[in-house]
Amino acid sequence: MRVLPNVGSFGPAAPEEILRPAKPWFVLLSLLIGLLSNLVPASDVVMTWRPDFVALVLLYWCIQEPRYVGVGTAWVVGLLMDVGDATVFGQHALAYAVLAYGAEYFRRRVLRFPLWQQAVQVAALLVLCALLVLLVRFVGGAPLPGWMYVAPPLVGALLWPLVSVLLQTPQRPSRSGSRR
Amino acid sequence: MRPIPVDPPAFFNRGPSPLTRLAFFGILSLALLFADTRYRYLENVRQAVAIALYPMQRALEMPGVAFAYVSDYFGGKRRMADDNAMLRQELVARAPATQGYAREQEENVRLRALLDVRTRYAPTAIAAQVLYAGRDPFTQKLFVDKGTGAGVQAGAGVIDEGGVVGQVTRVFPYMSEVTLITDRDQAVPVQVERSGARSVLFGNGTGRSPELRFTSPSADLRVGDRLVTSGLDGTYPPGLAVAQIIDVVRDSGQMFARIVCKPLAGIDHDEFLLVLSPSASLPPRPEETGDADIAKKGTHVRGRRG
Repeated sequence: MRVLPNVGSFGPAAPEEILRPAKPWFVLLSLLIGLLSNLVPASDVVMTWRPDFVALVLLYWCIQEPRYVGVGTAWVVGLLMDVGDATVFGQHALAYAVLAYGAEYFRRRVLRFPLWQQAVQVAALLVLCALLVLLVRFVGGAPLPGWMYVAPPLVGALLWPLVSVLLQTPQRPSRSGSRR
Repeated sequence: MRPIPVDPPAFFNRGPSPLTRLAFFGILSLALLFADTRYRYLENVRQAVAIALYPMQRALEMPGVAFAYVSDYFGGKRRMADDNAMLRQELVARAPATQGYAREQEENVRLRALLDVRTRYAPTAIAAQVLYAGRDPFTQKLFVDKGTGAGVQAGAGVIDEGGVVGQVTRVFPYMSEVTLITDRDQAVPVQVERSGARSVLFGNGTGRSPELRFTSPSADLRVGDRLVTSGLDGTYPPGLAVAQIIDVVRDSGQMFARIVCKPLAGIDHDEFLLVLSPSASLPPRPEETGDADIAKKGTHVRGRRG
């Protein structure tokens, strides 16, 4: 089911396309950009709605390239996020480790679906990740945040198709080259 | 029938299974959480990583800062123009205050000196402010703002912080007329401070300095001598500064020496004056008729009076 219009080379890959392997530096770069996007200082309104970009990117790579990004990498990235966010050490690490495990467990199922339906399943995983972070904060003694706490994961799920296509773009073979 | 496993059997050995890894990292995370919340062991590590992240954070802030700077620049230009106009208006509005400041300071100093004089000489003195000078160019008169309502009496001496200014000649309900010592024939009994010789200082009218009249050429007077009130007439308390001798002309052909003096008070440019109450220490004047009879009839009158 094609939902996104195939504008030039910007669009989800057709099942018959053979993708080039992902480059490790690109994976790292995408994680870094996600980290920086998470740490950009923003106003209150933006903070209420801003999704966890790192979780999103991690999830994508865990689903697509489990050889590169696994539980260990997710854990380390979670540590970096903790430091950048100035929260307790291990909060995001634990959440991202669980996220990566969930991604690996469900990856075959998720990959069967078209992008929009993938987004729904991804939403569940992202909400789980956010709830884990909240759980750790509860143990530390934080108050209950309210229903708006699930807004960022849902926004992240909405962004999933876009992020998917963006991160897959370097792997697409160039149109002029491989057309037979 | 055996269920088809979701995960294919591992063809390649890639190390511990994800579940094992999760368990391991999960326990590690919990240990870290515990250590961080309880013992704060990891502060140094956190600081090191924070230092490494700091340049990137600053780099991320830069677009926001740049945007704010640019908008501030353009908005600030308009605001500065408005501020400038407003400040100029305020400056003009405050000009009278700033220009009058020096004058106010000087007035303050003179008032304080006057207050000092008041406490030293006459506790019952009345402070008055000069309203205007007299209109007649041939007389030297001032008008002050205290009259019978404030207790001013005719004939009272008037001084300022430098010395004697004049005498109250007319009193109205809320105003008084003061004749200055430089007025023609206005007299002040004085005493030379240095030698104690007594004399009378007479004013000489507009534009001319007062003079000591009827002084013998052999009197002990020098240029620069200070003249103070002698207190003999009862109008002025003794010891108040009056004038300073500026010229002594002894002509052997003339009967009297001509001694020119300069008043020590700021006669023409006073603003605040002190009106003294007339001295009550002198006995009342004897009657004129009784004196004349005694002088004419001699002992006869004395016997009859007994």
